[in-house]
Amino acid sequence: MKVELKDVHKEFKKGDGQKLHVLDDINFNIEEGEFVSLLGPSGCGKSTILKLIAGLDKATSGDVRVNGEQVTKPGTDRIVVFQEGGLFPWMTVKQNVTYGLNLKKMSKAEVEEKAVEGLQMVHLGNFADAYPHELSGGMKQRVAIARALVMDPEVLLMDEPFAALDEQTRLVLHKELQNIWRKTGNTILFITHNIREALTLSDRVLLMSTRPGKIKESFTVRAARPRDPADSVIVDLEKRVMTELEIEMEKVLKEEFGDDYSLKTDHLRSGDHRDMGSNI
Amino acid sequence: MIIGIWEVISKLGFFPTFMFPPLIIPNEPGGVTVIGTLISSIISGQIVTATATTLTRLLVGFSIAIVLGLTFGFLIARYKWVDDTLGFFVTALQSIPSIVWFPLAIVWFGLGNTAILFIVAIGATWTMTVNSSAGFKNVPSLYLNAAKTLGSSGAHLVRTVVIPASIPHIISGLRVAWAFAWRAIMAGELLGSTGGLGYLLDLGRSIQAMDLVLSIMIVIGIIGTIIDNQVFLRMERAVARRYGQTV
Ligand SMILES: Nc1ncnc2c1ncn2[C@@H]1O[C@H](COP(=O)(O)OP(=O)(O)OP(=O)(O)O)[C@@H](O)[C@H]1O
Ligand SMILES: [Mg+2]
Repeated sequence: MKVELKDVHKEFKKGDGQKLHVLDDINFNIEEGEFVSLLGPSGCGKSTILKLIAGLDKATSGDVRVNGEQVTKPGTDRIVVFQEGGLFPWMTVKQNVTYGLNLKKMSKAEVEEKAVEGLQMVHLGNFADAYPHELSGGMKQRVAIARALVMDPEVLLMDEPFAALDEQTRLVLHKELQNIWRKTGNTILFITHNIREALTLSDRVLLMSTRPGKIKESFTVRAARPRDPADSVIVDLEKRVMTELEIEMEKVLKEEFGDDYSLKTDHLRSGDHRDMGSNI
Repeated sequence: MIIGIWEVISKLGFFPTFMFPPLIIPNEPGGVTVIGTLISSIISGQIVTATATTLTRLLVGFSIAIVLGLTFGFLIARYKWVDDTLGFFVTALQSIPSIVWFPLAIVWFGLGNTAILFIVAIGATWTMTVNSSAGFKNVPSLYLNAAKTLGSSGAHLVRTVVIPASIPHIISGLRVAWAFAWRAIMAGELLGSTGGLGYLLDLGRSIQAMDLVLSIMIVIGIIGTIIDNQVFLRMERAVARRYGQTV
């Protein structure tokens, strides 16, 4: 087992001294080389789980293990693509991409080669010397992805990496990510709001419930690769996941707009099913 | 407009010419004007040497203040106990006008260059400390997290992330600290020194040459504005743009 979470609880202290129960009894494993997506309504604790695995935060109770060892601090075996990108604005695109490489025992030429390769992969070869403020939101996110991928991590933790991208770029990057994953065989935990995206990429999709976040259900995607969105297995799963997610969304909306709010299922179903995932 | 009013008052003759000299047009043929004195004292090198002396002192004192301010700021941000002790103290020290230190400086260092440097440095250090500690404390955790997962820690993290991420705070600190230093050096030189623009001002007063005094005031105003606009404001804007903030 590559990644193991056992009875993980997480509470945050709020400003008024009260506690916010964010993660409730999280239990799941990720096998070596497995591609797992985490799906769930906003605020259910997805990013929090990712930070626990990355070693950037500590669980209130429970066990987080990578390679059988308890996670106590960040390490280059686990690289994160942050939801907010997190590029350093004072460095050029290339300096950002080589930041982690320069800390590894690697020759200058090797670093250079990897950086060029990484930037070409996200189609930003011509922007090596640009500064992040000169890039669009989607371009920044692609640099952040390149910065993570060049590190060749054993475990890649991606927090909604493609949310800000246009459909075209997203599809290109889906392909690239799957290629890289096949080549390197690394383990990937991928957070997304997009059901279609989760099903296209993953071996398994974990669905979370509203706060306090729990793993509500696990769907194994038994469809052939490369994935075809029209595959009956995927279409079928999409409906099932959607139904579950709608139930969770309704809870969130009730919490926000009061009890009399009711999500009209027919009304939502009249739209395009597949895009609904991105509107959570 | 102001120049016009000044000229009229000067020519009305309420005050003797030495007290209220005209700026541009002499009151009697061949008489003094501020502009004339300004030009001739620049040519004679009197103002140039004085400016050089002042700026050199300023540069040295200001550099000391930057180094001290950054060091104190870092320690305050890094160690809780330093924040509780020095941090509290600094806020109090910051509110003391630096010229108040002058008597102490004279006793400690004697009347001279060192005392002036001390005044300049102490005038700018506290502001620099407050701003840089704010910068170091407010490094976005996103940057720290990103760097840590990429393998950075310790001194490398400080050098590559903590310091660069604090640059916007540090630059605005520099700008304010500069203004304090500039005021401090004038006060210091005026009260007791040899050489420098402040000393020249005092000299002008003692020989009752207000044309000289006004010339120097013009020079002081120009230098202050140029440095603030051309150096600090530009730095601030450039940094804000790169860091994605709107000015
Ligand atoms: N450092 C923190 N301090 C206090 N509360 C926090 C902290 N980080 C997250 N939270 C809270 O924990 C909950 C879960 O946050 P998290 O970022 O994990 O959600 P998420 O599932 O990633 O949501 P989204 O899909 O919108 O990114 C939220 O209610 C948030 O307010
Ligand atoms: Mg999140």
